[in-house]
This record gives sequence, structure tokens and C-alpha cells, in this order.
Amino acid sequence: MNPVARTVLQRLGLGLVTLFIVSIIIFSAIAMLPGDFAKAMLGQSATPETVAAFQREIGIDRPPVERYFVWVGQMLHGDFGSSFASRTGYRRTVAEIIAPRLYNTMFLASMTALIAVPLALGLGILAALYRNGWFDRLVNAVTLTTISFPEFFVAYMLAYLVISRDTFIGSEFAQSLPHWLAVSLNWILNAVPKFPTLSNVNDQTPFWEHVWRVALPAITLTLVIVAHMMRMTRAAIINMLASPYIDMARLKGMSPMAIVLRHALPNAWAPIVTVVAFNLAYLVVGVVVVEVVFVYPGIGQLMVDAVKSRDVPVVQACALIFAATYILLNLTADIISIATNPRLLHPR
Amino acid sequence: MSESEYKLSIAQSLIGRDKVSRRDFIHLGLATGLTVAAADKLFVSTARAEPLQGGFAKLGMAHGATTDSIDPAGYPDTFTQTAFSGSMSNSLTEVDAKGNVQPDLAESFESSDGAKTWAFKLRKGATFHNGKNVTADDVVASLRYHMGDETKSAAKPLLEPVASIKADGPETVVFTLKSGNADFPYIMSDYHLVIMPAKDGKADWGSGVRTGAFVLENFQPGVSAKLKRNPNYFKNGKPYLDEVEFIAITDLAARMAALSTGEVDYIGRADLKTLGMLKRNPKVEIVEVTGYGHYTLPMNVTVAPFDNPDVRMALKWAINRQEIVDKIFLGHATVANDNPIAPAIKFATNPQPQHSFDPEKAKHYLKKAGMEKLKVDLSVADAAFAGAVDAAALIRETAAQCGIDVNVVREAEDAYWDNVWLKKPWCASYWSGRATADWMFTQAFAADSSWNESFWKNPRFNELLVQARAETDEAKRAAMYAEMQQLTHDDGGSIVLVFNNFVSAKSSKLAHGEVAPNWENDGLKMAERWWIATA
Repeated sequence: MNPVARTVLQRLGLGLVTLFIVSIIIFSAIAMLPGDFAKAMLGQSATPETVAAFQREIGIDRPPVERYFVWVGQMLHGDFGSSFASRTGYRRTVAEIIAPRLYNTMFLASMTALIAVPLALGLGILAALYRNGWFDRLVNAVTLTTISFPEFFVAYMLAYLVISRDTFIGSEFAQSLPHWLAVSLNWILNAVPKFPTLSNVNDQTPFWEHVWRVALPAITLTLVIVAHMMRMTRAAIINMLASPYIDMARLKGMSPMAIVLRHALPNAWAPIVTVVAFNLAYLVVGVVVVEVVFVYPGIGQLMVDAVKSRDVPVVQACALIFAATYILLNLTADIISIATNPRLLHPR
Repeated sequence: MSESEYKLSIAQSLIGRDKVSRRDFIHLGLATGLTVAAADKLFVSTARAEPLQGGFAKLGMAHGATTDSIDPAGYPDTFTQTAFSGSMSNSLTEVDAKGNVQPDLAESFESSDGAKTWAFKLRKGATFHNGKNVTADDVVASLRYHMGDETKSAAKPLLEPVASIKADGPETVVFTLKSGNADFPYIMSDYHLVIMPAKDGKADWGSGVRTGAFVLENFQPGVSAKLKRNPNYFKNGKPYLDEVEFIAITDLAARMAALSTGEVDYIGRADLKTLGMLKRNPKVEIVEVTGYGHYTLPMNVTVAPFDNPDVRMALKWAINRQEIVDKIFLGHATVANDNPIAPAIKFATNPQPQHSFDPEKAKHYLKKAGMEKLKVDLSVADAAFAGAVDAAALIRETAAQCGIDVNVVREAEDAYWDNVWLKKPWCASYWSGRATADWMFTQAFAADSSWNESFWKNPRFNELLVQARAETDEAKRAAMYAEMQQLTHDDGGSIVLVFNNFVSAKSSKLAHGEVAPNWENDGLKMAERWWIATA
């Protein structure tokens, strides 16, 4: 059997087992949360009778083991169940709640990836090429600075920059500066596009407006993830550059750029792809803070919302989607590493 | 009045009707000796006083969750309350900016049999969004939706005193109460009790068809709701806006930023800490109104030492409320006087003496209780109200000067209302307030109320409560409520610290009349009442 196919099947099988274990962990963790949906929903105005009526309707008066198997059974039929926010006659399925949010999250993740991945690879290659020079140092310093700040700080700073565009010249700070400095700072600020600080979109938002609205979150996330990928690209390539076959290439008289692109990079893909996959997974499952700051309706906010209101079916489905995302992206990374490595692709 | 002043006043009266331009008005103003800026300001303020038709407003709400629904059994916070109850629907009555009850979907209401029977006559020609006339059957079905054993409505306790509802012809609904209640029309203004069309005798909430100023166009739970003007609305000329969009912005900083950059025209619950910075923006104005909401520290009067009225009195004199207003709420609250009835509510009084920080008086009452020193636990968490923990720290400092050792116990925020409130002898609590004295007293101070948070059972108070409820003579009622407020002030177990203000902020292009204090966002009805000014 083809080694790639074998690995894929093996990994898929393992992934399913992992998902199954994750489902048990998710279910028991949620069962242990204090408080319940009926009370969270009714708040201070909950009376014992209204709470009981609510619990009967959504079926959380039954034992947990029974509920787990019902849930897994439904899941195997591709049915994620109904949200607790459903009402008699008005079912709200988990799938219909999650679908638009998942789309939004994927949209933001793809847009960030489209900016961040080529940027990180490009910078990493250049940094490796001019290693230890001023360019290398500058890129390292800048990306390490942006990754060191918490993402909400970067997000708020970017939002503040956009606000300052209009208010800077009137502020006390600007008036305390020499006139020429204030004017030139204002000129620079006005060169910043007036990005929207509110990224709220809905299913009627046209595509290009959607792109425009997520500009600030995408830039924030790019600043946060670029350093990791860039440094790994640089390190992997530099590592390769010490190999004898690179010396051979250099003796042939190839240009440094050609050496990096044609000889070093193809052999350095494995570690780079792993790190890229790791960061892409983060873009899907870990961006709740950025979503909150820019009021972007992604799946992270949905999950936090659902945990707060104890909407268990939605929490479970989100957690499973996150687990599946990790498993799939890691699988993809492995396949790419194998496919780009002839020694793994054609074992003797 | 000189000739030019006279002309100016005439011109002023013409502004709202588009008969005089801004430039002409300023010229006239200059003739009367006004500066350009003053004349311009006068023009703008006059122009804003006259509502204008049209426009689209984006309103940023402080709440919103994916579990939100248009079902009026819920409406847990300002997003659903403002967008669905206040903008899309009507109740039988509403509360105006002065705190008086006014007919809304009802045209008039009258009581008989000692306020035990209430007849509401429906407004003629009022229709649902689908064109159907509003009939008495719709009203009966809508209110029954919140009653009975199977209901999940949060408004169920409100309708507990109703014995029966029946339609008397197509335009009149008759309520029979278990006992007389002169304030019953106020209860009918509650935001849950909106009128929905009846379908097979049951209220049809799911269609989203209501009677209100706006028709629901698009709703994404936890994200936004877009509504457009109802051209057949029964209130003349209203609403002024063509379209509104409610946007859920739960993050405080994001809300402030959204208003600063003009992404939204209004935000509920502005950040008090950065309000100063927001005020610097010339395009932004603050809207502040003292509501009915208040923060309390209920003491359980059935356990020692709080069972001693003198201990309660000592604690009431041991708190520096002004300092709490200044330092914790940064001035955006009003000092309260152990009386839960907000000044804007009908029959409100200010019982004397005003309780303030006075170590001598506190020590005096402590001595009267036979104590030199007192040690008490105060259980708090910011779940009760934002700033509760800091307020408790201030109370510990001032009480120490009175010989009272207040041990501040920090409780978990999660499940605070389940585990601390009504359980610990002294804790922090929050009330959003009610539109009438009777309503507030019945829910939080009546002996048999499950929310009587201080377990206070004053016989005279409870006797007056029942009497005043059924009394229809205004003067007699006023006297009874005054006595009850004095009783809660002197003997009651709840320390009412402050009335909190509703602080919101808006773009200067939005204009409004007097802002109602009964709920946030202009009594939840800002979409119906506000407009976009030219300026």
C-alpha cells in the first residue's frame, strides 16, 4: 500500500478515537458545570415552577448517561441536536446556529492566513538569506515585539489608532507638541485607512464589505501569528544551509537566492508546515478575544455565549468542531511533510 | 421686546417646519445682538426640538446573546427588551417620561368594585403588522401566554393577582383581580406583556407579527436586529426613523470605540471610567437619567444582631453614601436614603432624617442596643452590582470609625443569586426598580413575598400595603405610602445605598425629548421616540 495512503488512513482512525475520547471529556466537563440552563435563562426571576417547566421541555431532567448516548447517537446520524434556546414549535437546530458563525470564523481565518502565511514565509526566507544582517535583526525585533503583546492589547491599539485619525489634532497631547510635529503626525495618522472598528457582519453583508469589515481583526491576528511561522522558516532553512549538498550547490556557482529556493526550502517544508498548521488551528479555535474586541460574530464568541447560558448542545458541538479542526490540520501537515520528502515518499 | 427680537421668536417657531434656513436665522440673531455661535446654537436646539421624519439609526446595545429570541416569555436584557418589546411591540399601557401611566394599545381604562375589576378599552383602528385589527381576543390570548402552570414566562408572578381575563365584545377586555389594585394599569405596561395576534386561541409569538412602530426585518441572535418603519402605526407621526439596527456590543471598550468612530449612533451603558475622554469628542453627547434602579445591602432581620432595630439604625448611620457615589460610581448615581422608592415615582417621599455618615449617631444607636463593639460579616460580589466589592471596602473604613468591625466576605460571582442572596445574613443586592410604590414594596418588602430580601415582617407596613393598594382616593394613598416609606427608612432591614443612573451616549445627530426613567434606552422606546436632527 502507498505509504501516504496508509498514513492517512491510520491517522484518520486515530483521529476518530481521539474525537470519541474528547466527546466523553466534553460531556462530563459540561455536566460538572454549576448552575443550569433554565436558571441562567430565567435569571433573577426564576421560580421553581418555571425552572421545572423549562427543564422538562429541554430534557435535562433525565440521567446524564442516557443523555450522552442520545447525543452520540444523534451525532452519528449527522444531527447536532437542538439548542436549548428552542421553543415549542420553533426548533432552533445547533447546525443552523453554528453554520453562519463557523463561516465567519473560517472567513477571518482564511483572510488572515492569506496575509500571514506568505508574509511569514517571505520574511523568513529573506531573513535566512541575509541572516545576522540588519534586515534579519529588524524583522526579528518587530515580529517578536508584536507576538509579545497580548492580542487584546494589539487589537485595542489598532482601534485606538483609527480613532486617533480623527481626534488626534484636537487632543491636548497634540497641542503640547511643536506645531510641525503635530501636523506631520496627523498627516501620518490620516494615511491610515479608516478601517471599521466594528466588524459586525451578517448573512446579508456583501463579500467585499465583509473583507473590509474584518480588516482590523485580520491585521491583529497577522501581527500575533507571523513571528512564530517566520522564525521557524528562518531556522529550518538555516539548518539546511549547513548541509554538504548546499556547499556543493554553492561551489557550482548558484546564487544564494536560488540555493535557498531550489535546494534548502524543499527539504525544510516539514517543520514549517507543522508550525503553519498549528497557527491555522489557532486561528479557528483561539481567536475569541479578538472577536470580542471587534464584535465579530465568530464561533469563539458563540461558544463563550453558550457556556455562559449553559446551552449545552451548542457548547458540545463547538468543542467537537474545535477538536476536529486540530486533528484535520495536523493530519494535513503530516501528509504535506511526507509528500515533500522523497525519502518518506519512496521508502526502500 | 424689540422688533428684531420679535422677528427672531417668530423665526424660531418656523424652524421645525423648514420655513427658515440656518443662514437666515443667524442673520436675524445677529440683528438682535446675539453672537454667531449663540444664534447657531439656538437654531440647532430649536431645530432638534421639532422631530424630523426619516433616517437610519444604528443603536449599540450593551447586551445580546445567541440564546436571544423574540419570545416575550424571555427578554432577559436590554437588547431583546429594546429591540423587540420597545420597538416592535406595544403593551396595553406605557409609562411616560414623568413616570405616569398612559394608554398605549388601550385607549382608556377604568376600574370598579374597589379597583378589583379593570376594563381596558382598545384603541380603534390599531392593527398588527399583517393588517389584522387588534381585538380583545388577541389581548386575552397574549396575557394568558404568561399565566398557568405550563408557562415559562418570567412575567408569571406579575399576573399572579389576576383571577380572570375575559373579552367583553371585540374592543374591551375585563380583568378581575383577586384583590383590589389601584396601580394595575402600571403592571400592564411591563415589557413582557406585549400584545400578539391570537392563532387558534393561543398567542402567536413566533411569527414576529406585533403592533409596534417597527417591523422586524432581520434578526441574528447575539449579533444584530434590523427593523423598518411600520407605515400603519397607530400613533400619529411616529416613528420618526425609517429604519433602525440594534447591534449587540457587549464589550465596553468596543462600545465606546464604535461610538467614537461613528460606527453606531448610540450606545447603552457607557463606560463611566472613560466618559471624560468621550466627552471631548464634539460629535458625542452623554444622556444621563436617574432611573428607578437601586443598589441595596439587605440585612436578615430574623437573625442576630440584625434582629435589633438599633443595630440596623447604627449601620445605616455608619455608611458614607456620598463617598460611595463619588468614588465608586464617579458621580453617576444619586444618594439614597433607605427608601427604595425612587424620587421620580408617584407618591415618593424623602423620609427624615436623611441618613448620612455620622459616627456619633451610629455609636449612640449601638449603645442603645447595649453594645460597645459590633462585628458583622458583609457578603459581596460584583455580580450583585458593579462596584459592590469596592463599596464594601469603603463601608468597612467608615464603620470602623463607629466601633463597628465589618468583615467583608468576597463571594463567588457565579451563582451569586443562588448561593448568597437570601442566604447570607448581610449581602449586596440590586433592584432594577418598579414603576409604582406598590409594585416595588409588594415584590421586595411584603411579608409573604419570596423576594423579601431582608425577611422584614412589619405588621403595620403590611396592613398599609394591602389598604393602599385598593384605595382609590389619591390623598389617602399618598399619606399611606408616605408612612410606609418612613417605616422602611426607620425600621426596615434593607440599606438602600444609591439610585444608579442610566448613562448612555449618543452621536449629536440623534435627538430626543425628555428621557423616560422607567427603563434604560428611554423606557426601552428610543426607536419610537427619537429622531435624526439636521444639525
